[in-house]
Amino acid sequence: MKYKLGKTLINKSENKFIKYGLIIISVLFLILMLIIPLISIISEALSKGFNAYVKAISEGYTIKAMNLTFITTIIVTVMNTLFGVCVAWTITKYKFKGKNLLGALIDLPFAISPVIAGLIFVLTFGRGSMFEGILKQTDIRVVFAIPGIILATLFVTFPFVAREIIPLMNAQGTDEEEAAAMMGASGFRIFRKITLPNIKWGLIYGVVLCSARAMGEFGAVSVVSGHIRGKTNTLPLHVEILYNEYQFSAAFAVASILVIIAIIILIIRNIVEWKSKKEV
Amino acid sequence: MSKSKRVIPGFKLTMGFSLVYLSLIVLIPLSALVIKTAGMGIDKFFDTVLQARILHGYLVSFGTAFIAAIINSIFGLILAWVLVRYNFPFKRFIDGIIDLPFALPTAVAGISLTTLYSENGWIGKILYSFGIKSSFSIFGIIVALTFIGIPFVVRTIQPVLEDLDNQYEEAATMLGASRIRIFFKVIFPEIAAPLLTGFGLAFARGVGEYGSVVFIAGNIPMKTEIAPLLIMSKLEQYDYSGAAAIAIVMLCTSFLILFAINVIQLRNNKLKQI
Repeated sequence: MKYKLGKTLINKSENKFIKYGLIIISVLFLILMLIIPLISIISEALSKGFNAYVKAISEGYTIKAMNLTFITTIIVTVMNTLFGVCVAWTITKYKFKGKNLLGALIDLPFAISPVIAGLIFVLTFGRGSMFEGILKQTDIRVVFAIPGIILATLFVTFPFVAREIIPLMNAQGTDEEEAAAMMGASGFRIFRKITLPNIKWGLIYGVVLCSARAMGEFGAVSVVSGHIRGKTNTLPLHVEILYNEYQFSAAFAVASILVIIAIIILIIRNIVEWKSKKEV
Repeated sequence: MSKSKRVIPGFKLTMGFSLVYLSLIVLIPLSALVIKTAGMGIDKFFDTVLQARILHGYLVSFGTAFIAAIINSIFGLILAWVLVRYNFPFKRFIDGIIDLPFALPTAVAGISLTTLYSENGWIGKILYSFGIKSSFSIFGIIVALTFIGIPFVVRTIQPVLEDLDNQYEEAATMLGASRIRIFFKVIFPEIAAPLLTGFGLAFARGVGEYGSVVFIAGNIPMKTEIAPLLIMSKLEQYDYSGAAAIAIVMLCTSFLILFAINVIQLRNNKLKQI
């Protein structure tokens, strides 16, 4: 009741000009910075007509790039989710020395440029590196090949899942898990029955963010991929190549696929947020 | 105590897996960067990073990221405020679309902004007629970095603003303080810390950003060349140690800035507790 009174009191004293002024500034800023760029992608994509659009997105190299992006995104998301859950569990459910350091190391990739992320894998596995000999003997290619793309994407999306669920698991504490453990439940069973239901929405949110970034990563992948068409070209790299060849409408057509996926991701994100708020 | 910490089974397994994975994906590759730079010798290191073109690259990267983060702090604050405090049509939509820069691949943002802000683009046409060169310029880089950084500040301030206790604001209002005074004396001190965090995140992202910037920057040496692009071109010339040297300086500078922000935050927290 007191809260409500306060709200109305504050709202009454709010200057109408300031209120609408701020709303208009916000809306204009978002229209200029977000909506217009989105519309321009669609309009450029369709600038040569619908048939040219369909042709551009069903071209062989586009399909191959789409497949590679799809495979990379799935592998990266699965692995980083597994790691994220594991490390979040370790940090929040046990006491050990160096916990803060481990937490800081997880966030490290956020502060590192994607280009540097790509560079470190070239330095690790490329020419003159410590693993060069072994790789040559076993005939495995990492740099300028798909393993490099996956590694670089793993690095860039490394913190996403862990970051979303660590605060949730922290807030939840360890009482319930400890009780279950004393009654003899196995670790995996405790996770599935007790921890997972509590972190469900945070986990989904982290997975969505991770896959969005994995799908769209450009800088890191650009360094390690070598841009071999039909082989190591992901969708964002394919967009770049088409654009640099002045095939603008084809570039935007391929880009529009990524826009559609981005919008789907945004919708899922909002549903997840809405559901998690409802449960609280 | 030492017994209770291991009541829950699985410590060795999860800890082991986490450490191995962390080492393989992050620590070993990063150490390769340090080893490479250490192997090139001090003279060559400074010869590389002190070249005028490289120094200018740092200036462009850090300068534009700073300006873009400032722009994002101002608009992010306004956006968070509007979304938490006011009701208006399409609010859900506005709130939902703010995360677009997280979801949209940077290369897509890059080509879209370049087309919009080029001389014949929808927005570029207007800007060029006022004599503002909006693409292949510093202006263009700032536009791209602003786009990339929009969600950071909004999303760090929004939850704090939502949880803010109305009491003090109420009291100040009843005592007759003006809205502007209340904002700066009562509300702003509460959101200063998340604002700084959001600024730091947007800034760190902007410094390293490559995909959205390369298209609109035009990459003119000594003018609009960003540091990540310089790393890229060293790599293309197979000058791996040169690339590593530029990268190390960038990394250390970013870490120092983030560290400084953390120190300020800690000091603020301590002051509050007193």
